[in-house]
Amino acid sequence: MSIEAKKNFQISLDSDVLKPDDEQNVSEIIRQTYKKNLPIKIIGSNSKKFIGYNLQTAKTLDISNLSGIVEYLPEELYIKVKAGTPLSLIEETLDKNNQQLAFEPIDFGFIQNGKSNKGTIGGYVSCNFAGSRRFKLGSVRDHILGFRGVNGKGDIIKSGGIVVKNVTGYDLSKVVTGSFGTLVVLTEITLKVSPKKPSQSTVAIHTEDTNQVSKLFDKILSSSDEISGSVYIPDEPKNKKFELNKYQIFKFNDLKHEGSFLAFRLEGDQKSIEERKKNLAKELELNKLKTSTLDIHQSILFWQKVNNLELFKNTKNNILRAVVPLSNNKKLMKYLKNKYKYYIDWSGSLFWIEVADKDEMKIKEIKKFILEIDGYLAVIKRSENFSFHESLFTINENRLFISKKIKESFDPKRIFNPGKMYREI
Amino acid sequence: MSNLVLPKIDRSTIKKKEFILGKLKKFTNAENILSHQSEIKPYETDGLAAYKQTPLAVVLPENTEEVSKILKFCNDENIKIIPRGAGTGLSGGALPLQDAITLGLGKFNKILEIDFDNKCVVAQSGVTNLSITHAVQHKGFYYAPDPSSQLACSIGGNVAENSGGIHSLKYGTTTNNILGIEMVIMDGTICRVGGKTLDQEGYDIMGLICGSEGLLGVITEVTVKILKKTQSVRAALIGFSTIEDGGNCVSDIISSGIIPAGMEIMDKALIVATDNFAKAGYPRDAEALMIVELDGTKSEVDNLLKQVGDIAKKNNSNSLKLSKNEKERLAFWSGRKAAFPACGAMAPDYYCMDGSIPRGKLAVALKEIKKLSKKYNLKVVNAFHAGDGNLHPIIVFDGGNKDQFKRTEELGAEILKLCVKLGGVLTGEHGVGIEKRELMCEMFNDNDIQQQLSIKKSLDQKNLLNPGKVYPILRKCAEEGRVYVHRGEEKFPDLPRF
Repeated sequence: MSIEAKKNFQISLDSDVLKPDDEQNVSEIIRQTYKKNLPIKIIGSNSKKFIGYNLQTAKTLDISNLSGIVEYLPEELYIKVKAGTPLSLIEETLDKNNQQLAFEPIDFGFIQNGKSNKGTIGGYVSCNFAGSRRFKLGSVRDHILGFRGVNGKGDIIKSGGIVVKNVTGYDLSKVVTGSFGTLVVLTEITLKVSPKKPSQSTVAIHTEDTNQVSKLFDKILSSSDEISGSVYIPDEPKNKKFELNKYQIFKFNDLKHEGSFLAFRLEGDQKSIEERKKNLAKELELNKLKTSTLDIHQSILFWQKVNNLELFKNTKNNILRAVVPLSNNKKLMKYLKNKYKYYIDWSGSLFWIEVADKDEMKIKEIKKFILEIDGYLAVIKRSENFSFHESLFTINENRLFISKKIKESFDPKRIFNPGKMYREI
Repeated sequence: MSNLVLPKIDRSTIKKKEFILGKLKKFTNAENILSHQSEIKPYETDGLAAYKQTPLAVVLPENTEEVSKILKFCNDENIKIIPRGAGTGLSGGALPLQDAITLGLGKFNKILEIDFDNKCVVAQSGVTNLSITHAVQHKGFYYAPDPSSQLACSIGGNVAENSGGIHSLKYGTTTNNILGIEMVIMDGTICRVGGKTLDQEGYDIMGLICGSEGLLGVITEVTVKILKKTQSVRAALIGFSTIEDGGNCVSDIISSGIIPAGMEIMDKALIVATDNFAKAGYPRDAEALMIVELDGTKSEVDNLLKQVGDIAKKNNSNSLKLSKNEKERLAFWSGRKAAFPACGAMAPDYYCMDGSIPRGKLAVALKEIKKLSKKYNLKVVNAFHAGDGNLHPIIVFDGGNKDQFKRTEELGAEILKLCVKLGGVLTGEHGVGIEKRELMCEMFNDNDIQQQLSIKKSLDQKNLLNPGKVYPILRKCAEEGRVYVHRGEEKFPDLPRF
């Protein structure tokens, strides 16, 4: 860094919001905040700031200037980007080469204020919330090949690389993904990309029988017909506390019947899709059920709406994200009955649940139940009157014990997003 | 073998051997503690048989609580521990130390639960990779990562090395195929991470442990994801008159949107060697031979295979065979899977390296390797997992000739440095262990290594768990290791290695 740049930098450290232009700047800022014991909040575009605890920090580190595609080699199936790059830019770039991020990013903008806002890749990676293809193609963490970043002492560090097979040193990409910015300030991320399939189709099975839904999820996962998405969208409870928007959101010409439905997606070439549909008609005994089929255009739109969490668009209520073992999805469906607005993704494993404002006690009950059935839970969005004092993310004691040690090894003075995820780290 | 620097020997530990053995007897049955020379000899090396060291003692605990007690005791008494699965690793990760107890997980050999409802299997860490597939195949399921040693290697070892196999491009490595682990850290704390759910809350500790080569914790139990077998699998065998054409064909296949289940390339020297050995019917005039395997539904596989054939023709392939049945598909693979014994038949000794490179750099890499081979006057044959960029150059030499051996070591190190220079990494699937330890500084600078050591320290304050592995002791780029086989005396000669 030139002397002049250093001088400018000193000045910028005086302001509450620090906006570095490059990795070296980030490192310099952190060196100083480390020395001065100044906790900092790390932000990209602020699209997910509502997730996790609110932070009261002396400084905010805004990495949105660290933006741009560093290297994209479609035939090598990777893209290297700066951490502040908008996720939408990455998706557009990949789309031009008929490629995609297979983990199907979720757009949290809709539950925040009703508008699309996918935020930056750094923010997205920090949360590790994968969309509908998760059960088939892995989570965000499975698609991170490497990263560069700055640890809590201001040291620039890197891990991984650009190749898929790599056991050279600890796989820090995994532990950094989903750490909510509590371990490093990400500056550069290398993501594995995948080819888009030429076509897709979605079959909806109209049913309200939760036993049947659970069985169908199991059969879908036991099938070799490569289903790449499987959700159950029950009718909303007739309760003023929840908005009744299901029919409006999932309004499709070819969705023939009203009521709750389970939908699954097939992707591939048309011939293969038809072949698999035939197989599945037998495996799932579709002739005994009421079904609808969505063509490619409707199918694409359908899964966008699922992954935009549009059912909870503009909600003023609390949104919970719970993951349970497949064998326990029936229990959770029975527990939720029609008292809550919810839907199930990942072929029976991921539940998005809306809990009405001022009903925090119910969050406590749900959390207890989820833990009893060996699942885990995060309170993603909190209502205005939220006053729940328990942890927003579940964790057991031993894991917290080890997590604290890991936190200390990256950020010994606990200056990165302190308490964002768990109060102790 | 070259002089391997190991951590400083703690003489006081050796002196109190009897005390240690006495204590261990309190934690596990006396018959689980081995200290007689004849009993511990089998543990003196792992799959990297060039390095040998007798351990202080071997303990074979029977359950997690015993592991916890042993680790806690060793932590309190400053005694080093070397965890060991099946001992098939190729990078010396389980090499014993004179002043350390080798903790073998051989008694952790039970599959605890086959859970079809949750599409997973819960296994103790000493269970072999292949036995998991055997346990679920009657219902059409399997466990995806398939390292070549899958018949013998343990699932705990797979987690420690993040093992892959030839299908990694499509199905991922171990880290992408496990749901949970139970482990014990050096202070004796037992910790379960993950479980039967996808992903987990909090830090991805499982992801950190996977590939940590036994330095962060002892894995006692693993929950793996099982997948339904695909409906159809077929392969294409394609010959090219230049390596460049073969390399371009790989890039074009990927660019066209096809993700093959497996994609392998062999160079001319290996084509001839394997064909001599296995009579696989390979085109001996080809400079590069490619095997592409596709899986999925029948019509999809047929269609993709046709597309692959067209792409190969555009890239000047001079021979193309498509498997018509399972027997033919296996025949295509027979030569490739005999790569190691075929090399063994060419010369008394061979070294196999394990770098990863970006797929598109194959032609450059092979050209450079050819130059290096001339420079060092040693024969190198090349096998390449083209799908995932994992390159296995194999140097054939006579270890009896000291000069040849020295040149082999130097050549090996140069090849791995080349992989890093081309944007790749030192090891794709064998691990760093002791063999590539001193080359770590080719990839990582001091900050990177300090961060990793800091994690190590946070979970193992006194550096007692598998010390001397992965991280450089010499801090110079030494010329060490690779899979070393002398006169066919491989540690596991019956295991296919590819």
